[in-house]
Amino acid sequence: MHIVVCIKQVPDSAQIRVHPVTNTIMRQGVPTIINPYDLFALEAALKLRDLHGGKITVLTMGPPMAEESLRRALSFGADRAVLLTDRIFAGSDTLATSYALSEAIRKIGESFGPVDIVFTGKQTIDGDTAQVGPGIAKRLDLHQLTYVAAVQELDLKAGSIAVERRAEGGVQVLSTKLPCLITMLEGTNEIRRGSIEVALNAARAEIVTWSAAAAGIGNTAKCGLKGSPTVVKRVFAPKPRSEKAFQIDLSGLGPDAIAESAMAEIFKRLPSLEKELTQTLQG
Amino acid sequence: MTSKPAPQAAGGGRAGMRKELPEHFKAYKHVWVFVELERGAVHPVSWELMGEGRKLADKLGVQLAAIVLGGPGEAVRMAVSEAFAYGADLAYVAASPVLDGYRNESYTRCMTELVDTYKPEILLLGATTLGRDLAGSVATTLLTGLTADSTGLEVDADGSLAATRPTFGGSLLCTIYTLNFRPQMATVRPRVFSLPERQEGRGGPVIEHNFSLLEDDIVTKILQFIPDRESSKSNLAYADVVVAGGLGLGSAENYQHVRELANVLGAEWGGSRPLVQRGWIPADRQIGQTGKTIRPKLYIAAGISGAIQHRVGVEGADLILAINTDKNAPIFDFAHLGIVTDAVRLLPALAKAFRQRISPSTHTRMAM
Repeated sequence: MHIVVCIKQVPDSAQIRVHPVTNTIMRQGVPTIINPYDLFALEAALKLRDLHGGKITVLTMGPPMAEESLRRALSFGADRAVLLTDRIFAGSDTLATSYALSEAIRKIGESFGPVDIVFTGKQTIDGDTAQVGPGIAKRLDLHQLTYVAAVQELDLKAGSIAVERRAEGGVQVLSTKLPCLITMLEGTNEIRRGSIEVALNAARAEIVTWSAAAAGIGNTAKCGLKGSPTVVKRVFAPKPRSEKAFQIDLSGLGPDAIAESAMAEIFKRLPSLEKELTQTLQG
Repeated sequence: MTSKPAPQAAGGGRAGMRKELPEHFKAYKHVWVFVELERGAVHPVSWELMGEGRKLADKLGVQLAAIVLGGPGEAVRMAVSEAFAYGADLAYVAASPVLDGYRNESYTRCMTELVDTYKPEILLLGATTLGRDLAGSVATTLLTGLTADSTGLEVDADGSLAATRPTFGGSLLCTIYTLNFRPQMATVRPRVFSLPERQEGRGGPVIEHNFSLLEDDIVTKILQFIPDRESSKSNLAYADVVVAGGLGLGSAENYQHVRELANVLGAEWGGSRPLVQRGWIPADRQIGQTGKTIRPKLYIAAGISGAIQHRVGVEGADLILAINTDKNAPIFDFAHLGIVTDAVRLLPALAKAFRQRISPSTHTRMAM
């Protein structure tokens, strides 16, 4: 069995700061992490390998420094890491990104053996689109399983898989054929700690590094800015409301008195709410 | 999954930046809203989008169409008549056994057939698990642009769709265009837009699409659907009162004060993204752009600083009360009422005050 796990190196969003005057992102000193959603995908892949054997290739597209994230993924137990890096990918939107990654996955299949399952996280914490997974599935004609909470059954002989998929208002149990693409739901597992030995190997491992050409991407018009149908025209901070919040007077008051005046202010501004709350609670 | 680059950095090179819409896209007209019909019910986000689609269609002077896919039977017909009541001018309908229950293969195929046949200029879908699963596949098949989780939709002077969404992990907003490809696609989260007024007695043409895909042609099978237990469901998006906590609470234990106040108010409880990341609350309780967007009458935010991604998820609330020890916290820029104090001390006091005022009977029982 051969699994590809797509990961992305992202800025740790908790520490992103926006310059108050220029509205630009201040990147200096912001640490990068593996997109947290991707760790659920990686652990799901590792669990399948525990049960069925095989190899896991982690793939990322990004600047050369994204190698750090790949080494980290290797330290959790992935077998092989591929870095797709080329200036022509700069400015890719989700359509161009899914093109580049799908071509790299094709090449991984040719170089290291046919791919049975591609895993991705549900979305990234910086882009938050959840579009690249479906994009890869469509381009490679993989059966698409998004928001997967659990893999119920994998039958490599029959080439079939059954999963639980989070849907609106319930869980769909779906069965399909391999190869497939799974986007893994958050909170569905916890990434393991690799052993010391695995971590040491990860530090020394060779990272397979491909330019667009090396990954067999011939059509550069589909990459980066050129291959992106969407255009970002404006980046801005939202305007503050014209008036700031009305501050409840605290002078010398204890919590109970403050709570009373806050409640009075709420009911003054939402006169119907008190009645509705009373009815709801008594009905 | 990509983060957007700086705007207009390399104007001429970008595919989307050419001035003139290619000839073959000029036939693309009208605004479409995908009506999400599952197990006999339409997700309310579809009607919220219908309201917004109505405004776009009116500005463009074009028609608003509802796209309704589903199994054979009453549900599709009911959904179509509801779509008219919420503002659609016409409806495209495909009813087939292979569309009974959402599957990516059949829905993607049917949607792309409809787009290729009838050529809309704008296609809007709800950013639900279904809508996001479908939109990504449809956009990739059509090789067009898709803006996820838009929080604002406008039509520019030249008629192009301007979709605004938070970017960089929700720290800024950006406006995205798909200038030279059609349709221009966008998804919108539930509750970002309010529900439009129903208008009884509206109707319009219904165009039936003959969808010929057969069950044998579809590889993926639905083995089972397990509905969520009522008690485990969070109804954050549609709740009238919501109480939420943030890192200002200081510890996971202190989160109980949020639950307690919510309980007194008969409210839903939730929290900011960092609480989910720390495991203090489950992911479906996350409030903000990347969690649930809410439009309650009253929203009480305790110890939440108010990052942009949180702000865009709660701005639809009628009244926001923010409690934070930092008087400079950004939440006071968009809250209506502010209290600069420690939420851990104030929340129990609020719970007590509300309990005495609105549910004296409960109070009496508890006293006994």
